[in-house]
Amino acid sequence: MSVDKDTVMRVARLARIAIPEDRVLPMAEELNRILAWVEQLNSVDTSGVEPLTSVVKMDLKRRADKVTDGGYAGDLMANAPLSEDNFFAVPKVVE
Amino acid sequence: MTDLTSLSLAEARDGIRARAFSAVELTQAHLRSMEAARALNAFITETPQHALAMAREADGRVAEGNLGALEGLPLGIKDLFCTRGVLTTAASHILHGFKPPYESTVTANLWRAGAVMLGKLNLDEFAMGSSNETSYYGPVLSPWRRRGSNVDLVPGGSSGGSAAAVAAELCLGATGTDTGGSIRQPAAVAGICGIKPTYGRVSRWGIVAFASSLDQAGPMARTVKDCAILLKAMAGHDPKDSTCANIGVPDYEKALTRDVRGLRVGIPREYRIDGTPVEIDALWARGAQWLRDAGAEIIEVSLPHTQYALAAYYIVAPAEASSNLARYDGVRFGLREAGSDITDMYEKTRAAGFGREVQRRILIGTYVLSAGYYDAYYLKAQRVRSLIKRDFEQAFEKVDVLLTPTAPGPAFGIGEKSDDPISMYLNDVFTVTVNLAGLPGMSVPAGLSAEGLPLGLQVIGRPFDEETVLRTCSFLEEAAAFKAKPEAWWRAVA
Amino acid sequence: MSAGEGRNGAVIEGTTGPWEIVIGIEVHAQVSSRAKLFSGAATAFGAEPNSQVSLVDAAMPGMLPVINEYCVEQAVRTGLGLKAQINRVSVFDRKNYFYPDLPAGYQISQYKSPIVGEGEILIDMPGGETIRVGIERLHLEQDAGKSLHDQHPSLSYVDLNRAGVALMEIVSRPDMRSAEEAAAYVRKLRAILRYLGTCDGNMEQGSMRADVNVSVRRPGAPYGTRCEIKNVNSLRFIQQAVEYEARRQVDVIEAGGTIRQETRLFDSRKGETRSMRSKEEAHDYRYFPDPDLLPLELDLAFIETIRASLPELPDAKRARFMRDFGLSAYDAGVMVSEKETADYFEAVSKGRDAKAAANWIMGDLFAHLNKAGLEISASPVSADNLGRMLDLIADGTISGRIAKDVFVIMVETGGDPARIVDERGLRQVTDSSAIEAAVDAVIAENAAKVEELKTKPTMLGWFVGQVMKKTGGKANPQAVNEVLKAKLAHVLGG
Ligand SMILES: [Mg+2]
Ligand SMILES: [Zn+2]
Repeated sequence: MSVDKDTVMRVARLARIAIPEDRVLPMAEELNRILAWVEQLNSVDTSGVEPLTSVVKMDLKRRADKVTDGGYAGDLMANAPLSEDNFFAVPKVVE
Repeated sequence: MTDLTSLSLAEARDGIRARAFSAVELTQAHLRSMEAARALNAFITETPQHALAMAREADGRVAEGNLGALEGLPLGIKDLFCTRGVLTTAASHILHGFKPPYESTVTANLWRAGAVMLGKLNLDEFAMGSSNETSYYGPVLSPWRRRGSNVDLVPGGSSGGSAAAVAAELCLGATGTDTGGSIRQPAAVAGICGIKPTYGRVSRWGIVAFASSLDQAGPMARTVKDCAILLKAMAGHDPKDSTCANIGVPDYEKALTRDVRGLRVGIPREYRIDGTPVEIDALWARGAQWLRDAGAEIIEVSLPHTQYALAAYYIVAPAEASSNLARYDGVRFGLREAGSDITDMYEKTRAAGFGREVQRRILIGTYVLSAGYYDAYYLKAQRVRSLIKRDFEQAFEKVDVLLTPTAPGPAFGIGEKSDDPISMYLNDVFTVTVNLAGLPGMSVPAGLSAEGLPLGLQVIGRPFDEETVLRTCSFLEEAAAFKAKPEAWWRAVA
Repeated sequence: MSAGEGRNGAVIEGTTGPWEIVIGIEVHAQVSSRAKLFSGAATAFGAEPNSQVSLVDAAMPGMLPVINEYCVEQAVRTGLGLKAQINRVSVFDRKNYFYPDLPAGYQISQYKSPIVGEGEILIDMPGGETIRVGIERLHLEQDAGKSLHDQHPSLSYVDLNRAGVALMEIVSRPDMRSAEEAAAYVRKLRAILRYLGTCDGNMEQGSMRADVNVSVRRPGAPYGTRCEIKNVNSLRFIQQAVEYEARRQVDVIEAGGTIRQETRLFDSRKGETRSMRSKEEAHDYRYFPDPDLLPLELDLAFIETIRASLPELPDAKRARFMRDFGLSAYDAGVMVSEKETADYFEAVSKGRDAKAAANWIMGDLFAHLNKAGLEISASPVSADNLGRMLDLIADGTISGRIAKDVFVIMVETGGDPARIVDERGLRQVTDSSAIEAAVDAVIAENAAKVEELKTKPTMLGWFVGQVMKKTGGKANPQAVNEVLKAKLAHVLGG
């Protein structure tokens, strides 16, 4: 499984990170080195082994159906790069 | 009066209780040493006004005789903990200007106990690193230097600011977080103590997430006792964190009996790794000998999947990180770069906001989760993780704790390893297994390298048995009698 | 009863022969909870922008989800109502994608291990056929926020009030074969949800939305390529969308084209579906188990307690109405189609002639409600009053004919029928002398008709009508009939 330039571009697109043209190939090489290194896992026999789902053995915590939160739109907007009338504002999304 | 900053946290606590000095005096002393230590770049944000206000309130409570467990004790907070109204950056440009309207559970617990916040400590960006060189706010310098050298060394990472600040006596203790060794490894190279508690012991609520299934916060301080005191205050059930265990928190200070008679200590065979410096192996053997001499039983055990831990970690952690860091999108907080449309805005913001190592890990994580690769990488790694956990469970049938080195070597020079990610990742080789299995692990300073740099030993315990880990470490601390301190060279340049 | 395979549904006659429509539907039903699935923010409809948003919903750094137990309960309840497998262990996964109304950059959903597995829904078609539609699964997931694109020339506005609201995604098998079946399926599902009380089924407010998957094939051939029509929000639109889309696909194929699997949206103004260009980008959601949550484990007692509290559902109620009240299959089906209707019917028919009750409800009452656009819960004629009106008919106080007038007055005034009858003097005339007088008059006025009666005895009904008219409808038709027969016996040859 070798990562080529197209794969880097596809993955970067999925991750929404712009990669400048001249960084694509070096990034492919970096990723390939790391992936080649982690491929040592293939030598572990994991047949019949369940993937780990959680390290702590406990029941999932549950909350009562009560309204205990919200009502502070102003606080939420305080850190927003752009907001109007308590809406977060983003470049127009075309559907 | 003795220099208030050289007191241990426990000594300072007792001094406040005895009214030998006030919280304001104690805080002022630390603020002065912080000011003189800016060359270390340990703090991203100093909060002196905040600190003094908190200290005055603490003094008020002292006057009323209404003392919390940490009343008036100045602490540094890793800048991964959200603090209400105070800049919180995760050492990343992407959180530019972010002031959370909320307080993390851990820091809220500390303030409730009366502690004083000195400021927000530097770290590797999003805690991704082992040397504190990936911070957007620049590297932290270790207070330590090789004997006869003035080469700047790394303080370890990712809690590098915490380690440096504690070692340089800028604060009595600090919070750290540990995803693959980020408390224990910097503690070891900075000659201080640090404990990563059992996963679920401490709430993750309000801590900027790196890898949710591995992250755990813990204390860093100059003594085992200080760590015990801090951990007691930080830990506890939090209904806001689904993975935080609803079990009582023992009085860890009481556990520090140093009595190791009859304790069964495992020495994992697989931790003898080719290329580990001789002095690390020697230190490890010395640690085992101390324990044996004090009546502990030393038992060689096997953790057969150890060699795969790092590879599994470097799949699981980036995978979780790639998802955890998706929220940094320029919409609700932090940096936004202008874009021609929404996707362009996202891509430019995230390219400008994340540093190189973070981008690399996001891309790796995105790749290993993507269609067609999920089973081969992510699921495979989680299966290996099950095996690693099982290894520990089997070992703990025979022993009570495990003893290992903390890091494969002493601190290295800034820039020495930063262009080779894999050699950097190897710094976590002894610590990362503990995160994968969710166990408690602690590093305690145990000696100096030939060049005069601190080296640490790690004690690993059963789930939620921090008490035995602390007890063992308190014994090792006494046996090692580690008294070395870094020369305060940074004061000269300040 | 018949399942999807080998059944003849609606057929589209193309230029090249007949085509069969294959439909599968994913319904997103909002759990009728007060708070969101993983946060304590409110779910009420129509609130001020971002006023029902918690730090968790806004995906602020360090925020963690904790599940709402009521939502878990409602999902199980719904699963039981769909006669489905309840999975004792289910897992929450992250579905990763970037969109401004998805603050975390992932939706918490259930992918590989949903809370509810296979079940079924039976739908009764007007032709008398009962169709079985398989349920593939039901899972819990978060709703997204809302983006408003028409408020500003260059910006979209994001409101997160809906973000994190609990949805049950209910996925059917591709077992429907016509637009009518598709609409009937959603209608039946909505009825079941309302009976259970797990979702209010309000499609206008978005509490229930359907994604309709449509493909066409030659009868008996393998499935064709499907298109998914997103977020159709009324029963009528579902029907229109299927009709349009199936026709479109047939036209494309018959013109030599091929169907591309894609997401389409239904434009209700134009009555057509069209491709959603922005969704064309290949999706790679990188699902993986959410490390902030543990697997959801349900104990048997929890499930059994819910099972024991299930109400009588439409199918059982329909069977009972047929068995106990002698209603026809069709009438019983109409009576149970909405829980409110069934409750109304049961209230009216209690201790009375159930068939008469059903007739009045389906006839005069529904006609009025449809015209006025009212739900039965808002009916101006209460079940109580309608029942009392039936009593007045049964005890001969009013005739069926007069009852129609009384009913109209009840609709207008909401009044009590006995009072209306009294106040308006509508009491039925049973006094035989008055009836005899009217009969005599009619016979006297219609000598020619009396002649006709000799050869055409069925003419008697006409005489009854004339007498009724003369008495303003108040005469008891039974009595009129008897008097007429007696007085005309000579003509009728009795
Ligand atoms: Mg779907
Ligand atoms: Zn869905």
